[in-house]
Amino acid sequence: MTSSGLRARIDVPGRLAADVEAGPGEVLAVIGPNGAGKTTLLTALAGLVEMSGSVEVGGRSWTHPPLPVRERRVGWVVQGQALFPHLSARENVAFGLRARGARRGEAADRAQAWLDRLGVGALAGRRPGALSGGQAQRVTIARALVTEPDLLLLDEPFSGLDVGVAATLRIELAKHLADFAGVTLMVTHDALDALTLAQRVVVLDDGRVAQTGTPSDVAAHPRTDHVARLVGLNVLSGPDGFTAFRPQDVTVSTARPEGSARLRWRGRVGGLTPHGDAVRVQVDTREAAGTDLLADVTPEAAAELRLAPGVEVWLTVKATAVRAYGGDRAGSHDGP
Amino acid sequence: MNRRPSVRLSVVAPATLLVATLAACGGGDDGGSEQGGGGNTVLRVQAAASLTDAFDQIAEEFESQNEGVTVEATYDSSGTLAEQAADQAPGDVLATADENSMQTAVDGDAVAEGPEIFATNTLVVVVPAGNPAGIESFDDLDADDVTYVACVDTAPCGAIAATLIEDAGLTNEPSSLEPDVRATLERVVADEADAGLVYTTDAMSAGDDVETIEIPGAADDPTSYPIGVLEQSEDPEAAQAFVDLVLSDYGQGVLSDAGFGSP
Amino acid sequence: MTRGLGRPPLLLLVPAGIGLTLLLVPLVSLLVVTPWARLPQLVASEEVLDALRLTGLASLSTVVLCLLIGTPLAWVLARVEFRGRSLARALVTVPLVLPPVVAGVALVSALGRSGVVGSVLRDATGVVIPYTTPAVVIAHTFVAMPFYVLSVEGALRASGERYDAVAATLGASRWTTFRRVTLPLAMPGVVAGAVLAWARSLGEFGATVTFAGNYQGITQTMPSLIYQTLQNDRETAQTLSIILLGVSVAVLALLRNRWLSAGAGTAGAGR
Repeated sequence: MTSSGLRARIDVPGRLAADVEAGPGEVLAVIGPNGAGKTTLLTALAGLVEMSGSVEVGGRSWTHPPLPVRERRVGWVVQGQALFPHLSARENVAFGLRARGARRGEAADRAQAWLDRLGVGALAGRRPGALSGGQAQRVTIARALVTEPDLLLLDEPFSGLDVGVAATLRIELAKHLADFAGVTLMVTHDALDALTLAQRVVVLDDGRVAQTGTPSDVAAHPRTDHVARLVGLNVLSGPDGFTAFRPQDVTVSTARPEGSARLRWRGRVGGLTPHGDAVRVQVDTREAAGTDLLADVTPEAAAELRLAPGVEVWLTVKATAVRAYGGDRAGSHDGP
Repeated sequence: MNRRPSVRLSVVAPATLLVATLAACGGGDDGGSEQGGGGNTVLRVQAAASLTDAFDQIAEEFESQNEGVTVEATYDSSGTLAEQAADQAPGDVLATADENSMQTAVDGDAVAEGPEIFATNTLVVVVPAGNPAGIESFDDLDADDVTYVACVDTAPCGAIAATLIEDAGLTNEPSSLEPDVRATLERVVADEADAGLVYTTDAMSAGDDVETIEIPGAADDPTSYPIGVLEQSEDPEAAQAFVDLVLSDYGQGVLSDAGFGSP
Repeated sequence: MTRGLGRPPLLLLVPAGIGLTLLLVPLVSLLVVTPWARLPQLVASEEVLDALRLTGLASLSTVVLCLLIGTPLAWVLARVEFRGRSLARALVTVPLVLPPVVAGVALVSALGRSGVVGSVLRDATGVVIPYTTPAVVIAHTFVAMPFYVLSVEGALRASGERYDAVAATLGASRWTTFRRVTLPLAMPGVVAGAVLAWARSLGEFGATVTFAGNYQGITQTMPSLIYQTLQNDRETAQTLSIILLGVSVAVLALLRNRWLSAGAGTAGAGR
C-alpha cells in the first residue's frame, strides 16, 4: 500500500511554506504555537485549501494532476466534534465505506468491528449528542481508520478531553497506530503526545519548519521558544547557535552576583507557579536575554527572597549546566 | 391605463369652453363667492371605475363653476364603494355602475338624496388592435380556440356578460373572470386574450388599442348608473350641486361623448 | 423562573398588549360576525369545493416546486462561490418586497401570451400558460419561493461547510454529501421554509388573479373567490374567510405538533 510514505512540499501563500517527509508507518508529530500553520498543513494535505507545490503519498502524486479531496485516501480526525450529528455512531463510521461503494450490510459490519476495537461497540446505535467527549473521539478515530487511509491526519485528537480520558485514549491510540501501515501526522499542543506517540517531530514556527528530529532530540535541543516552553527548558539563541539549560540549574538572587556576564541576566519577576516540590519563577529578561527565562527555587528560598511579581532579580547559571548546539539556525528540512 | 384619446377631448373642449363662459357671465367678477363663503371645501366623489374619464371632466367643470371647491374623485369597483359607503366611510357623492350596488348603500342608510339614474351602459366585444384571432361577431367567441375574458359574475359587467353568453347559447366559456371591467379591458389591450366583454365606454376609452364589435341584443340588457348624495356628506348642498351638474345637459353631453347612453 | 427578576415593566407590557390586541381583534371579530348557520351549506357548494381543492393543489404543488428547485438554488447560494453571488442573493429576495399585483404584471410580461417568453413558447408549441392551473402554481411559486430559499440558505450557512469537508475526506462525492449530510442537517430550515412558502401560497391573490386569471375550478383559489364574493355579498365572504382561516390554522397546528415541536418546546420553556 504505502511504499514510500509521504513526501510533500507545500506552499500556501501567507500561511505556510514547508517540506514534510515521513516513511511508511511513521507517526509524525507537528508542534508549534498557534498560527504557526499546523492546521493549514493538515488541510493542505487533505486537499481542502489551495496550495502550490507537491504532495506524494505511497508513491502516487496527489497534486500532479490535482486529486479532489474525496479521492485522496486520508483519514481525518479534526479538533473537537466533527461527527455527523444526525447519524448514529455506526452510521458515522460506515459513512466512508458507503461513500466508497461498500454495501450497506458489509459497511455496517466493518463499522461495528472498528467500534468494538475502540471499545465503543455497545454505543453503536447512539447519535453523537448522546456520547461523551471521549466516546465521540473514539468513534471519530474509528471513522478515520475504517477506510484504511494512506495518510491519517489527527488535529489535536485529545483536546477538550478530561485528563484521565485523554491518557487512556492516548495509550490505545498508540496501539492502533503501531498497526497502522500508512503515514500519520498529528498536530498537538502536548509534549506528551509527541513523546509517547511520535517517531519524529516537526516544529512549525511562523509558517515554516523550524526543526525536525526525534522527540528526544527535539526535546533536548529546542530551537524555538515554543518547544522550549513545551519541554520546560530555557533556550537562548545566539549568533553561534542555541544554548539551553534547565530551570533547576538557575540561581535567583536579589543582589548582583559575581561571575561571567554571559551567563548572568537582570529582570523582573513575571509570575510564580508551583512546579513539583519547587516554585517555578518566570522572569521577564527580554531586555537582557531576548526571551523570558524560567528558574526553579525552593519554597523557602522564594519566601526568603520575597519573590513576587514585579520584584527585580538577577539570574545566573553555571557554565557546566549549559548545553550549546546547532550552528545551523535555519533548521533541517531533511530528516535523519 | 390612463388613456385619454385626443379625439374625444377635441369634441368636448368647445362645450366646456361654452359652459365655462356662461358660468363666468352668471357669477360675475367675484364668481363662486356665493358658495359657502369661498372656503376650501373638498367634495369627495366616489364613482365606479368606468366613470373615470367622464367624471374627471365633470369635476373639472364643477371646480371652475364653484371657486374654492375641490373635487376629490375616487374610482373603484361599484361593490367596494357601496360597501364602504354603507360603512359610513367619508364621502359626499356616490355613483355606481349598477342598481344592486347602490341598493347596498341605500340599505345601509347611507344615501340621503336620490338615487337617480343618470346614465346607461351596454356591453360590447373588444379585440386587440389588428384582431389577431379574426373575430367578426359575438358568435365567433364560440370557437374552442378563442380565448376571451369577461368580468366576474359578482360585478355588474359580469352579470350582464353571463346573461348575454347564455342568451346567445355560447358553449365556449370565458378563460378568466376578471375582478373588474378595467382588468378585463387590460387583458385585451395587452393581447393576453383574443377578446373581452367590456362596456362601450371602456372600449371608447381604449381608443386605437382595441377594435369594437357590437353584440346583438346588448341594448336590451343595459346597466343603469345611479347617483346619490351620501348621508355622511359634510356639505350636502355642494354634493347636490354636483349631482345636478351630472344630470344637467352639460353632464349628459360629457357622458354621451364618453359612450354612455341616456337613462 | 422569572419571579426573582421582578415585575415585567409596563413599558414592555403595554405595547405587547396593544400588539396582541391588534392581531387578535380582527380574527375574533370575524368569528363573531360569521353567519355560522350557512357554513355547512357553503362548504358543500361546488364553487367553494372547487376553490378549496385548487387552493390545496396549488399550495402543495408550490411547496413541491420549492423543494425541487428552491433547495438547489439555496445550496448554490450558500456553497458555490461565483461572480455575482451577492447580486443573485439580492435578486432572490426581490419578490418578497414586490406588491403581488406587480409580481403578476411582471409574470404577464414574461409568460403571458404576448410576453417575452410566452410569445416564443406560443409560436413554437402553441402552449399558452395563463388561464391554466399551472399558471396559478407558477404565480404562487414566484411569490413564495424567496421565503423558502432564504430559510434554507440560512440553515445551510448555519450548519457550515465543516461537515461537507469531513464527508469529502471520507470519500463522498458532493452529491452524496448533499444528500446524506448537508440536506439532513438543514432539515429544520427546509421544513420551516416549506411551511412559510405554503402559507404564502395559501393566501396568494394579487399575482394569481393578474397573471393566471380567475375561473372556477381552473384558476380560482379561495382568496380570489373571497375577493369576488366580497364585491356584492359580504356575509358570504366572511364565511369563506372563516373556512380558509380554519384550514390554515388546522394545518399549522398539525405541523407544529409534528415538525416544529422543538421550537414549540423552547418557546414554552418559560412556563
